[in-house]
Amino acid sequence: MSKTPDYSERPWLDPEAEPFIKVQSVSKHFGDFTAVDSVDLDIYKGELFSLLGGSGCGKTTLLRMLAGFEKPSSGSILIDGVNMNDVPPYERPVNMMFQSYALFPHMTVEKNVGYGLRRDGVAASEIEQRVEEMLTLVELGQFAKRKPHQLSGGQKQRVALARSLIKHPKVLLLDEPLGALDKRLREQTQYELMNLQERLGVTFVVVTHDQEEAMTLSTRIAIMDTGRFMQIGTPTEIYEFPTSRLVANFIGNANMFEGRIVENGTDHVVVESKDPSCNFYIDHGMSIAEGTKVWVALRPEKIKIAKQANGDTGTNSIKGMVSDIGYLGGTSTYRVLIDDDRIVEITSPNLSRPKDGNPPIDWDQEVFLSWEPSSSVVLTK
Amino acid sequence: MSTPVEALATTEEDLKTRILYRLMRLAQDRWRTLILIIPFTWLLVFFLAPFFLVLKISLAETIIASPPFTPMIEWVDEGIMHVRVVVDNYAYLWEDDLYVNTYLSSLKISTVSTILCLLLGYPMAYAIVRSNHTTKHILLMLIILPFWTSFLLRVYAWLGLLADQGTINDLLIALGIIDEPIRMLYTHFAVYVGIVYTYVPFMILPLYANLEKLDWELLEAAADLGAKPMATFFTVTLPLTLPGVIAGSLLVFIPATGEYVIPDLLGGGNVLMIGRVLYNEFNANVDWPVASAVAIALLLLLVLPMMLYQHIQGKETESHE
Repeated sequence: MSKTPDYSERPWLDPEAEPFIKVQSVSKHFGDFTAVDSVDLDIYKGELFSLLGGSGCGKTTLLRMLAGFEKPSSGSILIDGVNMNDVPPYERPVNMMFQSYALFPHMTVEKNVGYGLRRDGVAASEIEQRVEEMLTLVELGQFAKRKPHQLSGGQKQRVALARSLIKHPKVLLLDEPLGALDKRLREQTQYELMNLQERLGVTFVVVTHDQEEAMTLSTRIAIMDTGRFMQIGTPTEIYEFPTSRLVANFIGNANMFEGRIVENGTDHVVVESKDPSCNFYIDHGMSIAEGTKVWVALRPEKIKIAKQANGDTGTNSIKGMVSDIGYLGGTSTYRVLIDDDRIVEITSPNLSRPKDGNPPIDWDQEVFLSWEPSSSVVLTK
Repeated sequence: MSTPVEALATTEEDLKTRILYRLMRLAQDRWRTLILIIPFTWLLVFFLAPFFLVLKISLAETIIASPPFTPMIEWVDEGIMHVRVVVDNYAYLWEDDLYVNTYLSSLKISTVSTILCLLLGYPMAYAIVRSNHTTKHILLMLIILPFWTSFLLRVYAWLGLLADQGTINDLLIALGIIDEPIRMLYTHFAVYVGIVYTYVPFMILPLYANLEKLDWELLEAAADLGAKPMATFFTVTLPLTLPGVIAGSLLVFIPATGEYVIPDLLGGGNVLMIGRVLYNEFNANVDWPVASAVAIALLLLLVLPMMLYQHIQGKETESHE
């Protein structure tokens, strides 16, 4: 009767699966500066893995170590079971798409795309055929004879992508792949990348500072800060179950409340917050001592806003006054003042149209905020 | 019928502003013309005019007089003008093996020197560009530093270094590496040393300027795509720094071809170079027309590669537009 779970979509959960890229306690120092601080990471075949973080967090250094442009100061990187520490970039089964695209300005599009194959001594006829296939794939067939400076940003980006994919690398590294594109082109390219990744089965490692990009693209995301991983998980895990205040604040917005564990049951915990004065009832147990100082994170869209009180205030509910409304069309963002000193942000869908020009909730109005026992997250750091 | 200015102007006030604006533009154009006139006049007076003078002398015949050549235009009585143009000097250059051989020898020496400067200068320029900020400035300073000493003095210094009883031979003998001094001075070797030493900065500086602009990420991209360091150099670095290579090569090749001081001091009588021949024709033989013909022929020899370069550069700029 027992059925083996299907891990094909989530290989990192499979205890049997062998990671394709293994980063083992890798550090990188530049003089006194530690760019990457003893990190461990497993990336599985076919993943679209994102390294997400602000500038200077070490994500680009880690990517450059995977490409071979930087050598780890300590630790080792294994790709497909082979230690890469002493393998130069030109012998790695890895290709990279550069943030600046790094197209060779003196070569035509087809020469750029075929460059990697020429270096490998592939027969001219085969190069021609594969370049043509690749250019068709990225829809640049008619631009084959152009030089990079005659292309638009989006076209350059596709040339860079074609050039990095033509050698069928086992791993494709992408450094801020959508950074230089405008919004419309970004969205289009985002889905193109995902389609390509699925069709070619290449393992993608993407560096980005853009959380939206990471959320849409990735199978898993690693959040980096000061050379370390703060959290590694699927976009849903990272967003809904952040393990630290830093991650909760980095991905999306979160209202953060400081408090103490006052009750710790097997199936629930209660956190008492003094500022504002409110109890948080959370519907799952935690291995955490009573009296411990914790933070409760509450996402703006998980708070209900209403004119009338819904049940008793004090637990998972609080009273406040609307101080600001941001109308975004589909949703509205309310900034609600609580106890005259604390702002809570709420995002709410605009379910109905305003009657007689009056919005359902107006400025300076008294409102009641409430949330489900499963909505808030308890954080210890 | 109204002029375009009047047609665009809606009020009298507007019209005045527009006219004033046009006058200012005109004044600006004047200034531009004026500023451009200065260098052009300079070139005309100090380059083009002497060139035509030399050209004129090269088409004259030698006479024992002052100046020692026949005038081009003579007034024979009653307003009849007599123009005398002699191309014999050029024919003479072509027919006499001495001149042909000297030109060939000069070209050979300058070509080999240019290649040596390139082989030496490229790695140096590359190393300077790749070094850190402070080292870079020190190294650049060291390249420029020799220019603060007189060129003549520096060539004389080589005389002392390369002579039979010179520093290098003395040192080698003292170290017991050789018993007899090696003959270096008054050989082609000495001339090559002198020319390469003198002209290598002119190769390094344009190469440095070019390499400095090179996007190093392109080299990483090449390596990433499987190019070994040598392949990266020949497929990416060199093609992209070719303008620097050409500029540096011309800056070495052109003056080296006409070089006089170095072959005279370091080559003695053993190294044939056109600069020396020219000097001898002018001073020892007092044959100004032949000397002038030698100079004009040299100029033509050097202008051709220059024009080729201009042509290539023009094409390059075109393709980058």
